[in-house]
Amino acid sequence: MHMLGYPAHFGQLECLKLIASQKFTDKRIGYLGAMLLLDERQDVHLLMTNCIKNDLNHSTQYVQGLALCTLGCMGSSEMCRDLAGEVEKLLKTSNSYLRKKAALCAVHVIRKVPELMEMFLPATKNLLSEKNHGVLHTSVVLLTEMCERSPDMLAHFRKLVPQLVRILKNLIMSGYSPEHDVSGISDPFLQVRILRLLRILGRSDDDSSEAMNDILAQVATNTETSKNVGNAILYETVLTIMDIKSESGLRVLAINILGRFLLNNDKNIRYVALTSLLKTVQTDHNAVQRHRSTIVDCLKDLDVSIKRRAMELSFALVNGNNVRGMMKELLYFLDSCDPEFKADCASGVFLSAEKYAPSKRWHIDTIMRVLTTAGSYVRDDSVPNLIQLITNSVEMHAYTVQRLYKALLDDISQQPLVQVASWCIGEYGDLLVSGQCEEEEPIQVTEDEVLDVLEGLLASNLSTPVTRGYSLTAIMKLSTRFSGVNRIKKVVSIYGSSIDVELQQRAVEYNALFKKYDHMRPALLERMPIMEKTATNGPTEIVQTNGEMEPSAVEAKHPPPVSQPTSPANDLLDLLSGNDVVPVIQTTLPSKPASAGGDLLELLGDISLGGGPAPTPAPAPAPAVSSTQPAFLLDGLTSQPLFNDIAPAGIPPMTAYNKNGLKIDFTFERANPNPNIAVITIHASNSTEADMTDFVFQAAVPKTFQLQLLSPSSNIVPALNQGSVTQVIRVLNPQKQQLRMRIKLTYTLKGSPVQDLAEVNNFPPQSWQ
Amino acid sequence: MIKAILIFNNHGKPRLSKFYEHYTEDTEQQIIRETFHLVSKRDENVCNFLEGGMLIGGSDYKLIYRHYATLYFVFCVDSSESELGILDLIQVFVETLDKCFENVCELDLIFHVDKVHNILAEMVMGGMVLETNMNEIITQVDAQNKMEKSETFIFQSTRQDR
Repeated sequence: MHMLGYPAHFGQLECLKLIASQKFTDKRIGYLGAMLLLDERQDVHLLMTNCIKNDLNHSTQYVQGLALCTLGCMGSSEMCRDLAGEVEKLLKTSNSYLRKKAALCAVHVIRKVPELMEMFLPATKNLLSEKNHGVLHTSVVLLTEMCERSPDMLAHFRKLVPQLVRILKNLIMSGYSPEHDVSGISDPFLQVRILRLLRILGRSDDDSSEAMNDILAQVATNTETSKNVGNAILYETVLTIMDIKSESGLRVLAINILGRFLLNNDKNIRYVALTSLLKTVQTDHNAVQRHRSTIVDCLKDLDVSIKRRAMELSFALVNGNNVRGMMKELLYFLDSCDPEFKADCASGVFLSAEKYAPSKRWHIDTIMRVLTTAGSYVRDDSVPNLIQLITNSVEMHAYTVQRLYKALLDDISQQPLVQVASWCIGEYGDLLVSGQCEEEEPIQVTEDEVLDVLEGLLASNLSTPVTRGYSLTAIMKLSTRFSGVNRIKKVVSIYGSSIDVELQQRAVEYNALFKKYDHMRPALLERMPIMEKTATNGPTEIVQTNGEMEPSAVEAKHPPPVSQPTSPANDLLDLLSGNDVVPVIQTTLPSKPASAGGDLLELLGDISLGGGPAPTPAPAPAPAVSSTQPAFLLDGLTSQPLFNDIAPAGIPPMTAYNKNGLKIDFTFERANPNPNIAVITIHASNSTEADMTDFVFQAAVPKTFQLQLLSPSSNIVPALNQGSVTQVIRVLNPQKQQLRMRIKLTYTLKGSPVQDLAEVNNFPPQSWQ
Repeated sequence: MIKAILIFNNHGKPRLSKFYEHYTEDTEQQIIRETFHLVSKRDENVCNFLEGGMLIGGSDYKLIYRHYATLYFVFCVDSSESELGILDLIQVFVETLDKCFENVCELDLIFHVDKVHNILAEMVMGGMVLETNMNEIITQVDAQNKMEKSETFIFQSTRQDR
């Protein structure tokens, strides 16, 4: 126990002794000490309860006041329960000094023990008819607390609205009353309190709101604003108008008052105005737009709090019409603001640019500007977003890569900028070297210069490991786009012995690409196709990729890892002999409705399956290989039919696998609306005595089909057929070939892991016709 | 609701600290230190409202402060209090202290902490504003002081009798 930093443990029992004494002086010090030194956590405080009880019934009002004060400040819930009755009695007394203290004490009791609220209800009946402002004030606080806590109370007190309105009117209309005057306005504290209570009472209630309309308008127009006091009342009035169901004229009046606040010289008023405008911008957007220029001026204020508020409000006000002007101001702000703002401002700019960009070129320019000025502060996920954006704006590729190249020449310290730039150069290096650019003056760049820049990035101390990864991949991609391959080979082989494991792995694999798999290289390192836009701030879905083969748009957000040409051990590849590769999509989507899955598969439907080297979203070797050597792929898997779109119900279910107690049944359904998609539900059941844990079901289908595995219901197959694990498979079969599937099962039975492969051939013909 | 009232001087020494919520002593000390750091950095002509202060917790709480000569008066409040109203309350508090102590200065706060607490207790109780009328507060405080004085007088006179 410390007081002002000094230990005061000895004081606790002394305080109690003082409180118990008869003298007022002792009591005063004792209670003061109790308030400061004791709290709920000390057991000693319970000893005070009896003292307080006696003092609450004392003859001297000051002693009673002391007791109430202490109880109100630090009463624990037990104390409150015991003494609530006494407090309630005091609430009805005629002594105004005690009454106001009792009211606040009651608030504390209600806070500690909400169940006792009803006890104070009868006492509140007469509270508002008091003349004493102190009592009025505290009773309004009590009513506010009760209304906030319980909706029944709220309904009950609604009938007090006319009375409150009357009191407020008296306050405003009455002339000068010296005792309550603060700078010319009579009892502003009480006015503010009443306004707040009116706000709570009128919140969703039309009748009360109507009753209040007049008085609010009166307060709003009559209060003089030269001093802080008047502004305080106006501020509270504005908040009230905004919250209740007021008529639109009143709302416009409120927003105008806020606009006037913004022009005030006093920083406090401006701060308060900006805060309230932020709250109202959602509902009254147009009205706030009128004050846009003032808000934008506030961005230039010296005060940090005001700048932050103005920035948030500006972002809320950006819309299609004013985006160009606002962005200019905000970018200027980004240049000159403190680092703590830069991250928020950058993300805000990105979001607004994405929503309202008038043209692609403007969008790219804006993003480049942000990257060059605040590059190190942007969020990590903005890099993939940017890359996706750039890929999608096909006609701007040349322009983009040129500008990025120029930016790289200037400055390589800002990592997000460098990452985006190296990715683009890797993709569109040929455009850069060929010097075509419609939008801007084309610059003459040779291949060597480009490679110099990228190698410089690799070697520089300023680059993070991630950036180095980006640049190595970019260099590799240029091997297909540029003619001078030897230099690239040299660079790649040097990094094969790099200390950084990531770089080393990449370099070794790229090396292998040069040596053994040179035939695959061109197709592997092709241009990325246009990526589907997914939700901008939704979470990217968790995807289990099988190395390079996931023709699914969702993962397109991470191009660099995807462009790894080879992959670590791929379970499913083991299923199929040799190096044939089958597009199996094993994705775990969060619980999405069927339509979303349908979108995904429709996207896949766009990807030509049967054949050419066409744009697959990942440079999958599979289709690439197939274009050059068809036989290669289907090694080990003869033309395998895939589940076709199936005839409606009436397709018999089948048993796909039954061995060692594990039985897997397939049931079929027709998929909607795409007729080429079949939906199979597998049911795995276990007839042995022990549960099968870590159960994983994997499937592979031939290249002409596409498979999508949704997440299973669980990983544990209960023993003795007590339950089953279900998993949904969606299969796309546009060519309506016969369905065949290889499945692989892994599970742990009685502690030992089990793996098994099987082929499923016995699909009923309706399933694929 | 007012969470805490702090008065400290320009060097960060607390002259009065009243918390209306339960914190451990270490937390209280840390709150005082942190508030001082935040408030002392502020320029003279910026607005009097501060957000932040991790310890007092949450985004709902603001620090509303006023700087008078060598002392900072800081009220830590949540969103249920009107910011401009609290500014006025600080002003009323300081004026009351001035009336009670005759040209109050920091030394008065150091040597008469209990009196300052008593005055504050008449104004703010349990985190809520009790009385804002300066005259009323002073009347009550004077009456209580008179009671104290009369008791000590009786005590002294009874002692002398023996």
